[in-house]
This record gives sequence, structure tokens and C-alpha cells, in this order.
Amino acid sequence: MASALINVPKKAKNGDVIEIKTLMSHIMETGYRHTTSGEVVPRDIITSFSCRFEGEEVFRADLFPATAANPFFSFFTVATRSGKFDFEWIGDNGFSETASASITVE
Amino acid sequence: MPRQHLSTRRRFLKVAGSAAAMGALPLAVSVRPVEATPETMASAIRNVTGGAAVQNGKVKLDIPPLVENGNSVPMVVTVTSPMTANDYVKSIHVFNEKNPQPNLGNFYLTPRNGRAQVSTRVRLADSQKIIAIAKLSDGSLWSTTAEVVVTLAACTEEVM
Repeated sequence: MASALINVPKKAKNGDVIEIKTLMSHIMETGYRHTTSGEVVPRDIITSFSCRFEGEEVFRADLFPATAANPFFSFFTVATRSGKFDFEWIGDNGFSETASASITVE
Repeated sequence: MPRQHLSTRRRFLKVAGSAAAMGALPLAVSVRPVEATPETMASAIRNVTGGAAVQNGKVKLDIPPLVENGNSVPMVVTVTSPMTANDYVKSIHVFNEKNPQPNLGNFYLTPRNGRAQVSTRVRLADSQKIIAIAKLSDGSLWSTTAEVVVTLAACTEEVM
């Protein structure tokens, strides 16, 4: 059901600052909305996102109900060597998704 | 006779006045708006800064000044920093004053980032002030603010 979109350049030169873009499909229900009958729609959000390169943390974010649906993040990293980026999203109701992308550094 | 009349009237006013004051107090407490007030934003900011001084500058907050739909507002935070092992941005915290919660996002960076810039999309429930605070590796705190006008609010509408 859940799906991730990851954008990491396949190749980079040593020392390049590259941009990483990620998007995870998720409703991000705030917990502040009501149905027409007045019941509160329970909160269901992603609370944490992280990106690691070969096990080392590169970027991490805390998410809140104020994060728009299908959370999008873009951030940067220095390309120093070839390797694998691991992405992880954790949220309410046991939500847990991972994705990965490899880069070749010349 | 007129004197006694005056004193009872005075006593009545005194009693009525204090009753009104007592009545008004719980009323004022119960009329708390269902939104993050500038006070809750201030306390959320204190949680991050620990009461330390925050200086203006170094942080740039790119967010549209006029937003038609508050459900998805693009936001870019950039901090001026060399991002070396000795001098880098540790974290960026973004706050708002009128959503149901004062936080928009916390971002934790490392020297590996090379550039201290983060983009995301947020929800805004009302026209309001946004504050971004950056915590540097030397412990100093830097901030900037932006005003956003929202035409269609997010977060609290009814679900069909």
C-alpha cells in the first residue's frame, strides 16, 4: 500500500554536494478533523524519517500533524564514496517502511 | 437615614463587584482557543533553546507569502554554514503560532550534508507567523521569521 519515491543521482564526482529527494505516500491524518456526525478522526501520521549512508546518519526529521500528506523531503549530502543510502519512515499504528538507493562515486 | 442608604448601596456594589470578578475568572479560563497560541509556540521554542538567547540571521526561510491552499505549502529552510566537522548546523526547528500544534518540523543535520538546506511541505491552519531556529555545533542559536497569508485553511475541516 505504502510506496516511496526516492531520487538519488546514480553517479557523482568525489566531493560533489548532491540533492536527495524523498516522498512517501501517506494520508497524514491530523487527528484534528471531525466527521459530519462530530466524531474525531483519529490521528494517523508518520512521526519520524531518517536517511543513513552505509549505516551513518545523514539526515533525520521529526514529523507532526502539520506535515502535509505524502511527506516530501529534500536535503543534501557530500558524495565521498560509492555506497548505499537507507531510508526509513516510522509512524502511528505500527507504520514502518524502508527504501534504499545506491550511488557510484568516481 | 440617607447615610445608611448609601452604605447598603455601597456594600451591595462591593459584593456584586467581587461576585462578577469571581464569575469572570473561570469563564476566561474556559474560553481557550483550539489553536497553538503565541504562548504555546513560545514554550515549544523554549524546549529547543532552553531559554538561551536566539540571534537574528544566518537562517533563510523560503515560504510563499500568499498561500491559496494551506494543505500543502512548500517551505525551504537554508542556513549559512560551512558544514565542516568543526562548524555545522546540528538542527533546524520550525514553529507556527496558529496551527493546533506549535511544531512544523524538526530536522537534524550532520557534517555529511555539505549544505544546510531542507525542503518539505507543511499544513497551515491560518494566516500566521512562521519561525525557523537553527542550532549550530558551537551551541549558538539563529532564527528568522516569515509571515504567511492563507486563504483556505488546513487541518480542521470536516470529513465527508
